[in-house]
Amino acid sequence: MIDWGWIVDHLGAIAGKAGQHIELTAIALAVGFALSFALALWAFRRPRIYFVVAGLGSVFYTIPSVAVFAVFIVISGPSLLTIEIPLVMYTFVIYIRNIVAGLNATPPDVAEAADGMGLTPRQRLIQVELPLAVPLIVAGTRLASVSTIGLVTITVLVGVAFGGLGFFITERPFFPTEVLVGALGSVLLAVGADLLFARLQQRLTPWARVASAIEPISANPARSDAG
Amino acid sequence: MSTAERVAFEHVTKRYPGTAAGRGGAVEDLSLEVPAGKICVLVGPSGCGKTTSLKMVNRLVEPTLGSILVGDVDVMTRDVIELRRGIGYVIQQVGLFPHQTIAENVVTVPRLMGWTKGRQSERAEDLLGLVGLDPATYRDRYPSQLSGGERQRVGVARALAADPPILLMDEPFGAVDPIVRERLQNELLRLQEDLAKTILFVTHDIDEAIKMGDLVAVMQVGGHLAQFGPPAEILANPASDFVARFVGADRGLKRLSLTRVGDLSLQPPVTAAPGDDAAEARRRATADPFRYLLLVDAGRRPIGWIDEREIPTDGRLTETMASPMSPLMNRRTTLKDALSMLLDADVQAGIVVDRAGAVLGLVTADMIADWMRDTAR
Repeated sequence: MIDWGWIVDHLGAIAGKAGQHIELTAIALAVGFALSFALALWAFRRPRIYFVVAGLGSVFYTIPSVAVFAVFIVISGPSLLTIEIPLVMYTFVIYIRNIVAGLNATPPDVAEAADGMGLTPRQRLIQVELPLAVPLIVAGTRLASVSTIGLVTITVLVGVAFGGLGFFITERPFFPTEVLVGALGSVLLAVGADLLFARLQQRLTPWARVASAIEPISANPARSDAG
Repeated sequence: MSTAERVAFEHVTKRYPGTAAGRGGAVEDLSLEVPAGKICVLVGPSGCGKTTSLKMVNRLVEPTLGSILVGDVDVMTRDVIELRRGIGYVIQQVGLFPHQTIAENVVTVPRLMGWTKGRQSERAEDLLGLVGLDPATYRDRYPSQLSGGERQRVGVARALAADPPILLMDEPFGAVDPIVRERLQNELLRLQEDLAKTILFVTHDIDEAIKMGDLVAVMQVGGHLAQFGPPAEILANPASDFVARFVGADRGLKRLSLTRVGDLSLQPPVTAAPGDDAAEARRRATADPFRYLLLVDAGRRPIGWIDEREIPTDGRLTETMASPMSPLMNRRTTLKDALSMLLDADVQAGIVVDRAGAVLGLVTADMIADWMRDTAR
């Protein structure tokens, strides 16, 4: 059923499209993150503004992606911009919520101690709130990367020059091998991205790792429980 | 080593807008002064404004009226960041930074003040040792790896890091179990003997207030100061029914645990040493209302009692004549412990000895009862 010969013959093309897939995803994630981060810093202490921003994002999220791409083809033609604007907007919806939730994740006692010790608001943000937001920011990145990798396959509708591995899904719908390469490749990319960011989160938050490993530590007889 | 500074509240009122007077946390016309180097405990039921009062010192809450002086300077005239860095702050939930190691947490304020790395890590080691945590073991751990009691020790170390003249402690030991709490209380008192900081300490526990405070401020819902004074004074003479009820029906017993045997004027015993003339000793014991002779050795250390009737009419005194010993106590023994020992013992007088074990005098249950009566109103 699978035409291995076709795969071997097209390894170069597959790698090229996979590379494009990653590239389109990376651009969306980078721009989406930068935009969301800036907006989150502005909005996270202003509940009303955050409410509006997050609300608009959610409304956008309900619009079918195919329709969004169709609209942007009309506006900006079959270009990279037409692809990236919707992709960025979808990542934005995920990112803004996670970043703001992350910044608000600082426990009240930690925030009070920070203020009481004389951290300025900026020091508190940079030294306390941002580091404590990292787990949720990375969690947002995992979600956004998986979601974006899926969406990139659809961008082939904007033009066959785009679409990443999605190109193979639509090029010859009745040739299962090619459809499978496109679909499975996209899934593998998503799984890979998810694992990558999971590892990154562990690297960035050693303190959260030990928190989850509390059991073996408390069983350590060297640990004084003297109080 | 910075010197401690006094903290004075002068007609301080805190009202919260849009709420009626008497709202929880409000403070009404609070005036009190904590002398430098003393522990003042603010105690009262929840909603009495004790935490609000504390937080007005480092301006986490700003007063509506009145002023708070640290030394002679109104805190409202100082730069708020500078002010806070000069005041140690300990809270019930500790508030350690979860993403920083214990050592990093401890030197938070020195880091903000721009100390060199070397000086910071040296300070972290010293402070961890000071609060009884082995630096080699704890330095590189994260807060989530510590028990509640250990975390609170780190909290205290962190508050002391930049050697502030003042410490604010908001129910610091409220979240740990009773055994750990008592240990932390004792260690803080021991530390304070050397540090002599001015400490404002908030609790809702009257026993903790009596134990920790050089001065106790009893506060009442509505933010009124019900009574302010040394704990013994508050227990002996509660200023109002509220204070009497708040300190509890057992305030007499609580007073006993605040007073030490050395505070009483001890009764001198009739003493003699083995080898002394029995007839002479008998004469002295008979003349004494207590009618017992205390046999002591050459260093005036007690050997035992001899009932006046059992002293031979002639010959010499020997050690074998002495019968059961009384409980031994020293000047630091509390009246509560002394009374307890006396109730358990056969003889109704406790012997107070000095460090060398030599007799200083006697304590009886009657003397304790007299003292209680004389010192209360």
